[in-house]
This record gives sequence, structure tokens and C-alpha cells, in this order.
Amino acid sequence: MATRQTQFLARSLLSPAVGLLFIWMIVPLALTLYFSTLHYSLLDPGSEEFVGLENFRYFLTDPAFLASLQNTLVLVGSVLALTILLGIPLALLLDQPVVGRNFVRLMVIAPFFVMPTVSALVWKNLLMHPVSGLFAWLAKLVGLTPIDWFNDVPLFSVILIVAWQWLPFATLILLTALQSLDEEQKEAAEMDGASAVSTFIYITLPHLARPITVVILIETIFLLTVFAEIFVTTGGGPGLQTTNIAFLIYSQALIQFDVGSASAGGLVAVVIANIVAFFLVRIVGRNLEA
Amino acid sequence: MARKSTTRRVVVSTIGAWFFGFLIFFPILWMVLASFKTELEAFAIPPSFLFFHWTTENYATVQERSDYVLHAMNSIIIAGGSTLIALLIAIPAAWSMAFSPTKRTKDILLWMLSTKMMPPVGVLVPIYLIYKSFGLLDSRIGLVFILCLGNLPIVIWMLFTYFKEIPRDILEAARMDGATIGRELVYVLTPMAIPGLASTLLLNLILAWNEAFWTLNLSTSNAAPLTTFIASYSSPEGLFWAKLSAASTLAIAPILVLGWFSQKQLVRGLTFGAVK
Repeated sequence: MATRQTQFLARSLLSPAVGLLFIWMIVPLALTLYFSTLHYSLLDPGSEEFVGLENFRYFLTDPAFLASLQNTLVLVGSVLALTILLGIPLALLLDQPVVGRNFVRLMVIAPFFVMPTVSALVWKNLLMHPVSGLFAWLAKLVGLTPIDWFNDVPLFSVILIVAWQWLPFATLILLTALQSLDEEQKEAAEMDGASAVSTFIYITLPHLARPITVVILIETIFLLTVFAEIFVTTGGGPGLQTTNIAFLIYSQALIQFDVGSASAGGLVAVVIANIVAFFLVRIVGRNLEA
Repeated sequence: MARKSTTRRVVVSTIGAWFFGFLIFFPILWMVLASFKTELEAFAIPPSFLFFHWTTENYATVQERSDYVLHAMNSIIIAGGSTLIALLIAIPAAWSMAFSPTKRTKDILLWMLSTKMMPPVGVLVPIYLIYKSFGLLDSRIGLVFILCLGNLPIVIWMLFTYFKEIPRDILEAARMDGATIGRELVYVLTPMAIPGLASTLLLNLILAWNEAFWTLNLSTSNAAPLTTFIASYSSPEGLFWAKLSAASTLAIAPILVLGWFSQKQLVRGLTFGAVK
């Protein structure tokens, strides 16, 4: 009797959260699906009509889609590579006996807490400005021609900013994982005459495999939808050079007011994200058993 | 011999760590320095690092010209409100899943996680149109609502992993002693759950404070939090670096402090308990 009561209570405590999340997930998604089959422009109200898969055909064959898909992949791939390839040595360094380690760790983690609009604007102006930015001054100091970052290498500039924001995340997670590595195991390897390199390859790296996977998956979910950094720096340009999928859909919806094809694009984005989510949920789920 | 190499190792790694730490932190430091310069000095080449005319006039101007306090209040209300409401909904849910798990609990948790994976841009159109027709565009309540729903899965997950760690024997002992569920909640569970609650609160304040997709798309002026307000500095490309820096410094300072306090929980919360 008591158990049944408890179960009833447990269920009624759970249901508000489940209900809200269900509505939050299903209603906008259903509407997106519905809009994606309509010819629907906010500039031309009242002209909505069913067009079947026409919007998908339009969105997927639009050259802007291929360009932005490519930009999205380059952005996600480069930021992942930068944060992990720099994050591993950085985490290893911070795992060493460092005087004032806590303070160094504070400095390293700080960029993660800076809101995206601030980091993007500070980098764009104070650092990357082609005339008065610090980088331009440094380049001239060593006799190089300053780079006009957002005109010459716009996507790379965005990549640098986003990588700076996510490097702390990768480093912090890898460092947390390193600190849980059994010190005795490493010492035993050293006693047996293993070099630092082989200790790293055979003991440390396998131990980092899981946290690296977690970093890749979580960063990918956030990086697929990078928006603010592009919004305040390049506005997707020049041309389409820094337009990713998220920004393309935004501009179709709120600049061109083409609700139909923006919705079709939205669904494409959902599908891409779900592919990644599938793997992440499996990894986290496995952890739940343990 | 061993001792000598250890000393060298400490020296080398200390120098390396401080160098790279400083390099990573530098953009923030540079911004803070620029906020105390005059506009001309902030723009000057060669730049001056410490020996400039220190002034706080930018901070005064930012407030006078742009109503900084209004946007800061918006940020506080939106981040604080969405976090508190999310906690109110999440605490009972996480409590029930941690202490009365059923066969479906794992599936429910993973399903909740998967709602977080949905890219916001996928539902931008319907949310925008719904907000437009209900007059919720550029309103604080609209942003509170959407950020609350957006962060709810993370809040539930974090609380769940913390509640899971509370030893069940204690609850059983309380039940044996005849404690009702209500008393159990107030006298046994709550005191043990407070550290977990506090870190969940902190992490979600940070996430909501820095959220820059919905805030940029759904607010323009009246309800604009600091993310949107700072973005307004992107349009006039001119001599406003010192003021941009002052506004930015104020916008990130409180969250930097909170963030530094909650680094450990950050790892746990953002990896959904997969890395502790």
C-alpha cells in the first residue's frame, strides 16, 4: 500500500517536468514540420499554400546550403582539432607540479565564462583590427604585413575566436580525467624503465579516450549551432564565407522572412544534430549503468 | 638525483603553465585595461600596456548614454528567474527519479537529454511566430520561459546525479523511524542535497547569463539582457573601444567570479555526469 502511494507520488512529482519538456519538444517541431510544407512568406501574408517538399528541394539545392554546410563542417572540425590538440598538452602541463596551479587554472578557464558577444567583439576590435589591433601591431613589430583578418581569412578568424572560447572546456575536462588517473600505475611504469613517451601512449592516452570522446560530442552539439560569434562579427559574410547552417536559417527566417524554407532548413539542422546526439546519448547511457 | 630532477621539473612546468595561462587569459586582461583608457589611447598604435592615463570615465559614460543598469537588471531577472523556475520544476522530478526509480527512469533521463540536443535554430521559426502573436517578443517573461525550458534538462540531470549519491540507507532509516515523505524531504534530504543544489544553481545562472541565441533573436531593447546590449556595439565601427570594453568588463565580471567558484561542478554538469 505504502509503495503504491510512493509510486503515485513519484509519478506526480515527475510529470510536470516530463509534460513541459514534451510540449517544448513536440509543439515547435510539429509547427516547423508543418511550415516546411507551406509556401509561407511573412512579406506576403495570406498567401500560404501547401507545396509538399518544394521547400526542401529549394533549401537543399540552394548553393548557399552547400556553402554553409561546408562552412559548418570546417568550423566544427577545426575547433574540435584545435581544442583537443592544444587541450591535451595543456592539461598534461597543468597536471604537473606547478607553483600556483590554482591561479593558472583560473586564468585558463576564464574564457569559457565570457559571453559570446563580448569575446567576439573584443577579438574583432581590440585584437584583430587590421590597423589598430594588437595583432597588427605585433606583426609590424616583427616586420610582417598585418593581416586583415575578417576580409582575408574570415572563417579562420571566427574559428580562432570560437576555439579560444572552447579550449578551456576541453582542457578542464581532460585535466579532471588526468587527476583521476592512478598515480601508482604511472610510477610502476617508470620503475620498469618506460620512457615518458611510452607512458603517455600506453597509459595516459588510453585513459583519456573516454573524456576525449565526451569532449568531441558535447562540443559538436554546441559548435553545430554557433551563432552569436558570427552575428556580431561578420554577419555571415563576406559573401557566404562565414555563413554556417544556423546563420543561414536565421537569415532566411528573420531577414528574408521566408518561413517555409527556413523551416525546411531547421529540420535539416535537427537531423544533423540528431546524428551526433545518437552517439552521445549512447555513451552517457552506458555510464548510467555503472 | 631524483630530487634534483623534480626541482627542475617544477621550475620548467611552472614557467610553461604560467606562460600559456597568461596567453589564454590575455584577451580578457587587454579588454579590462582598455576599459580604463581614453578612446584615443585604446585605439593608439603603438599600444600602451600600463603607462597610460588611467580613467574611469568610460564606466560613467556607458551608464549615462545607454542605460546600462536596465540591461544588467534584465540579465539578472532573466538568468535568475529562468534558473529558479527550472529548479522548482526539476527538484521534484530528479528526487522522484533518484529515489523511486522505475524501469523507465533511464529512458526518461536519456529522452530529456535528447531534448537538449535539439538545435535551437530548428525551432526558431515557430517560436518566433508564437512569440510574435502572443506579444512576447522583447519581453522578459518570454525570455525567462524559453531559457528555463532550454536549461531544464541540464538542471534535472545535474540534480539527479547529486541525489543519486545520497546514501539510501539514511532514507530507509528515517522511514523506519516513522518519518513521512514530507518530513523525510525537509529534515533528511534537503540538508544533504544543498551542496548539489547550490552548484546546479550556479552553473545554470552562468549558462543563462551567457545564452546568446534566444536573447539575440527574441529581444531588441526593453527586455534586452547584456548579451544583446553588447551586440549593439557591433554596428558602429568607430572609436568606441574603451566604452565597449567598459560595458563588457561589467557584463562578464559577476559571472567570472561565479564561474571560478564552480569549476568542478562545471565539468560534471556539462558532461551530464560522464566525467566527474
